[in-house]
Amino acid sequence: MASPIVQLPDAQMRPLLASYDAAVRARRLQSLLVVACIVAAVALSSISAEVSLPKLFGNIGNFTSYIGRLFHLDSGNLVFSDPAEWYWGLGRWLRLLGETLLMAYVGTALGTLGAFFLCFLAAANVTPRPWMRLLARRFCELCRTVPELVFALMFVIAFGLGPLPGVLAMAIHTLGALGKLFAEVVENIDMKPVEGVSATGAPWHVAMRFGALPQTLSNFVSYALLRFEINVRSATVLGFVGAGGIGMDLIESIRKFYYSDVSAILVLIIITVSVIDTATGYVRHRLIGREERR
Amino acid sequence: MADPAALDIASIRGRHPHHFGQPSRERRLLLALAVAAALLLLIGMGAFGFFGAAFWLGLGKLGEVAGLMIPPNPGGWDKALVFALSLVETIAISLLGTLGAAVLAVPLGLLAANNVTTAKVLHFFARRSLDTIRSVDILIWALIWVNVVGLGPFAGVLAIMTSDMGNFGKLFSEAIEAADRRPVEGIVSTGGGKLLGIRFGILPEVFPVLASQVLYFFESNTRSATIIGIVGAGGIGLHLAEAIRTLELQQASFLILMILVAVAAIDIVSSQLRFALIGRRSAVV
Repeated sequence: MASPIVQLPDAQMRPLLASYDAAVRARRLQSLLVVACIVAAVALSSISAEVSLPKLFGNIGNFTSYIGRLFHLDSGNLVFSDPAEWYWGLGRWLRLLGETLLMAYVGTALGTLGAFFLCFLAAANVTPRPWMRLLARRFCELCRTVPELVFALMFVIAFGLGPLPGVLAMAIHTLGALGKLFAEVVENIDMKPVEGVSATGAPWHVAMRFGALPQTLSNFVSYALLRFEINVRSATVLGFVGAGGIGMDLIESIRKFYYSDVSAILVLIIITVSVIDTATGYVRHRLIGREERR
Repeated sequence: MADPAALDIASIRGRHPHHFGQPSRERRLLLALAVAAALLLLIGMGAFGFFGAAFWLGLGKLGEVAGLMIPPNPGGWDKALVFALSLVETIAISLLGTLGAAVLAVPLGLLAANNVTTAKVLHFFARRSLDTIRSVDILIWALIWVNVVGLGPFAGVLAIMTSDMGNFGKLFSEAIEAADRRPVEGIVSTGGGKLLGIRFGILPEVFPVLASQVLYFFESNTRSATIIGIVGAGGIGLHLAEAIRTLELQQASFLILMILVAVAAIDIVSSQLRFALIGRRSAVV
């Protein structure tokens, strides 16, 4: 069944079609321009970054053979054939992995505490003085823009090799990142409870405790858990600059071509990270669910 | 005259007795959790030497180090030029890595989206492999790629590409899963195939979201690209690590300032672009 389509007379149709074509052309031209810009940027960047596809394709065999070698023992057998030989250093690695996790925990906890005290100063709606807000914001920005590893490098000079500089670097970065997120949470609260508490004559910190905190706590915990997840991942590489954790052993085995050790440590890291991701993800979803039920 | 506050509390206690009783079980559990967390924190801090003399000694030394960083000074114009070029290289690494990852992640995202990939097994494996890629830090990828293509920025590009493929694949698949089904059904009903359905039904809806995520990652990758030089994968990190290790601290602070300015500039440009793409309201990625 064909439904009748009303055709406009040709004289009316033509200008409409022409303007439609013009609109499409303009849009195409715009997209083309964007694409041209991107292509130009890519071309320039490729020169700067010394990208060479021949090198990649020439060496891509290296990548696969590298991955292959990762899964072979010195004797030439597959690693799965002799798990005891593959994980000869399990005790040491587990200890280092535990240290890594503890580093991530302490770094996250210290950073979260700092962010917790800063965020009420940094939030526009509850800050006691505007200049405090500005100061807190800039401080957080500085803390999160300087890469963690750069802090770690400097702290290693001051504190010496070991987990302490790594934990401090992580704490500072966490403080910056969470300070911003926490402040945004506080800026989104309902101000009525805060006003209510203030109206009874309570000082600022009491108004924050009973007016603002109950609305924000579950979000704070959820963000802190997310940060913990991220920090576990980055704690695994802090050892690259001598700041403790399993990264020290990992970089040594990569540099000295102890292939099966590399794969053994990587597998341990991947398992740990996935377990932590799953666990924190579960807790966060429950927290968010609680928030929504409220 | 009796204290009005005391009277008030007595009458309120009469009306709401359950607010004055013993703390609930949930509350006690939370309290126990908090105490355990604090204990673990203290034990950890003790194990890492936060309470030892070395900590305070280190703090003093840190103050000295910070003092040596002022004023920032590149140490000559030729050095400044080298640093500027390596900063450009850093941004180039970030751009290429992000774009490459985005292109490679589109098919992966489609594979991992459960409304496109109906085969459960395929979907599961796509998801798990993306998770595996994501749980390895970018610096580890950089080290591996340095072994494959040698020292230099190219290894950095490949490292960012690999590690972001995991991130993008996950985000893309979530964006695709959240997309409206009806446009696809409309296209299929006019006789279009599955591929056309993706092209005209899903792509126009998810493209702005994907593009804004790519821009967001470009920002954050510029930050990562500044550090992958530490393991020899190109960019400004090489100079920075060298300056810190050789205690050329004025140079180090100059480099850090350069990074801060560059990152801030890219932040501003890319957030403008993101707002133009998806509107200010939904700009939260």
